[in-house]
Order: sequence, then C-alpha cells, then structure tokens
Amino acid sequence: MGFKGTLRPGLVQLRVLDFDATLNFYENILGLNKVCETKDGRICLKGYDEFDHHSVTLRKTDKAGLDFVAFKAADADTVEEIKDKVVKFGYKVDEVPANSDQPGFGKRYGWTICTGHRFEVYSEVEPAEQQPMLHNPDIWTKPPRGMRAQRMDHFLLYGPNIMEAERFCQEVFGMYVPEVCNLPDGNRLATWITSSNKPHDLAFVEYPEPGKLHHLGFYLQDWADVGNAADWIALNRLKLDIGPTRHAITRGLSIYFWEPSGNRIETYAGGYTAYPDHPQRVWDADQVGRGLFYYSGELIPSFLEVVT
Amino acid sequence: MGTFLVTVEDARVTFPCKEDEFVMGAMLHAGKGPVRYGCCGGGCGICKMRVVSGDYEVVKPMSRAHISEAQEADGLVLTCCVKPRGDLTLGRWP
Ligand code: FES
Ligand SMILES: [Fe+2]
Repeated sequence: MGFKGTLRPGLVQLRVLDFDATLNFYENILGLNKVCETKDGRICLKGYDEFDHHSVTLRKTDKAGLDFVAFKAADADTVEEIKDKVVKFGYKVDEVPANSDQPGFGKRYGWTICTGHRFEVYSEVEPAEQQPMLHNPDIWTKPPRGMRAQRMDHFLLYGPNIMEAERFCQEVFGMYVPEVCNLPDGNRLATWITSSNKPHDLAFVEYPEPGKLHHLGFYLQDWADVGNAADWIALNRLKLDIGPTRHAITRGLSIYFWEPSGNRIETYAGGYTAYPDHPQRVWDADQVGRGLFYYSGELIPSFLEVVT
Repeated sequence: MGTFLVTVEDARVTFPCKEDEFVMGAMLHAGKGPVRYGCCGGGCGICKMRVVSGDYEVVKPMSRAHISEAQEADGLVLTCCVKPRGDLTLGRWP
C-alpha cells in the first residue's frame, strides 16, 4: 500500500546519440534546467518544480535507451530495509558510493530485475540550488521555458516476465497496482504501478527483449500546456508519435513523441487520483487500444514495436 | 541542390530524395516504400534497410544496438540517419 517504501522515481540516466541536439531538446524545448556536468561529460538536469539536486542525467554513447532508474525512499532505514528485501526476493545488489557517478546523491543500492532493467534506491540527495519558492511562494521565479515540464513523472518499460516485476514492486517497494491489462490466458500484457496518489510511477509491457524503454513521461500543468507542447513539437520538427490525446488508462492527457536521439518522451497532464484501497481497474487485451488512445480507440503499431 | 532517385528493389517503388533530405523522410513524404513508423532519431532501429547500390552519407549517429560496425561497413543503414549522394537502390531488412 502507498508510501510504505519508496516515494517516487527520482532519477533516470538516459543514453543519447546526438548529444548537442538532444541536450538542446531537454533544456530549451522540454524546459528542464541544467544543473551540472560530470567529469566524464554527462549532463545533469531537473524540472523547475523539483526540489532534489537533479532528476535526469544524459550520457552520450553509441546506443539510445535507459541506463537505470532510481527510486527515492523517505529515509536511510527504509533504504536498508528495501535492500534486504531485494536480496530476499533473489536479486543481487551492489552499492554505488555517495557523490560518485551522480553529483549530489548519497549512497545508492542497485540491482537488475527480471525485465532486464537496472533499478536503484536511495534516500539522501542534496537539495537543488534552483528550487520552487517555499515562503509565501509564487508559482515560479523564472518563467518556465518551452514545453514547461514541471517534473519527471513516470516511465513505461518493456521486458520479459512483468508479472514478477509487478510482484517485486509490491513486495519490495511497497507499491500498489491501480490498473492492469490481461491477455485472454490471464497473463499480464501490461501493468501500471505506483507508490503514491499518482496513477503510475512506472508501468511495464510484456516484451521478449529485456531492458527496453518505451517512454519517459514528464508532467505538465494541464491540457492547455499539452497543446503548448504540441506547438513546440511542430515548431522544432520533432517526430510526433501520437496526440494530443487522452489515455483512458490513468485518464492522463498526453502526447508521445521522440527526442533527437530516438528515445520516446511523453508530455503528460492530469490523471486520476489513486488510492491503495481503491479497487483495481482491469482491461482486456482486445480493448487496450481504447485504453491507451481513448479518442480514436485504436492501437497504433508503433506502440508495440518502437522502443529504445 | 541535387535531387536523386531512390528505388526500393523488391517493393518496385521509386521516389525522389533531395540531397539535404533524409531517405526516410523522403519515403514518408512520397508515401511509398516499406515505411515503418519510428523515432526518426537513429535510436529505435525500425527503419533499418540495406543499401544495395549508390552513394550516401550517414549524417546522424545510428544506434549500435541496431547497426554494428560490420553491418555499417556492409551497407546496412537506418534510413532516418542517411542522406543520398547519388541515386540509391535499397533492399529490405531482414
Ligand atoms: S526510425 Fe527509429 S532509428 Fe530510424
Ligand atoms: Fe506514460
């Protein structure tokens, strides 16, 4: 049930190909703020409405996709408890020392789950220099840029054996599962998982190849800002996947498109308020087109085919 | 500025592609060829094809998850990353 372990996904590291074009996208089009550069040339960024040191790190390499995702827990004791549970669950844990590869971050534990994704957990992280105002706060200090992304919100991961991944998130992270999609044989096609009131912190789709990223979602204020994001996509000739549209699943307002290195990005607003005591919503696989793209009711081939 | 002709062998289609245009963009624009929807960023690999003949330039990095060095040397490309430098003949992959 909610907030029993992790608080939220707090950090992702993405692999990018065309570093300059991709950094320009995250900074000037999506509207994240640049925080720092690491000694080995990676760039750390954050949303203007986020408090922690940074939430997105870009690493230039020769393959697109996701290096890891890290979840924040409330305190060091919870991190130790989670680490013990990971070991008991059967994954091999390693330790990333404080202030090593991610400036501002304390010690992290990491491991690879059955879907081939590296997960990490941490609690200690320095506050960002640029933070939302706290005392008699205005809504922002500097006008948000471009798509006006407020914060990193969630990700959809593709890989094998998502039933185990779902169980892992519940048993180890203390998350719950507001919504699922089942195949006719009763197995999961997809699952939406959260630690808080957000309809999802992360989601999985069953896929034979391990470790794939379907999309990384950033939170926008409202439907008007989803329209603003569409304008920026058109203006910058970014490749649109679909939207603006609505998901019936999560009820989010959404656009999918690709950044210059080919990683799919979602700009997302709204979504229902989830509670751990609410009953679970269940989709049949033959209805999932309507679940994902409520207005057209049709699944697009790229949703199941295109990942990094 | 030059415009070249791109032919997709087994689909028996030909379309024009300007020298500053990506092959995939020209294919989408012409509405011909085995277009598969993708990231247009060299990351997802869905636009992979074989260049059977003709000159081209790789102007955007192609993810090594989809085009190994050996494959690149062998004429395999992500069509969203290459521009023509002459008439091209393409074949499907795989
Ligand atoms: S469309 Fe994704 S690599 Fe070309
Ligand atoms: Fe999403």
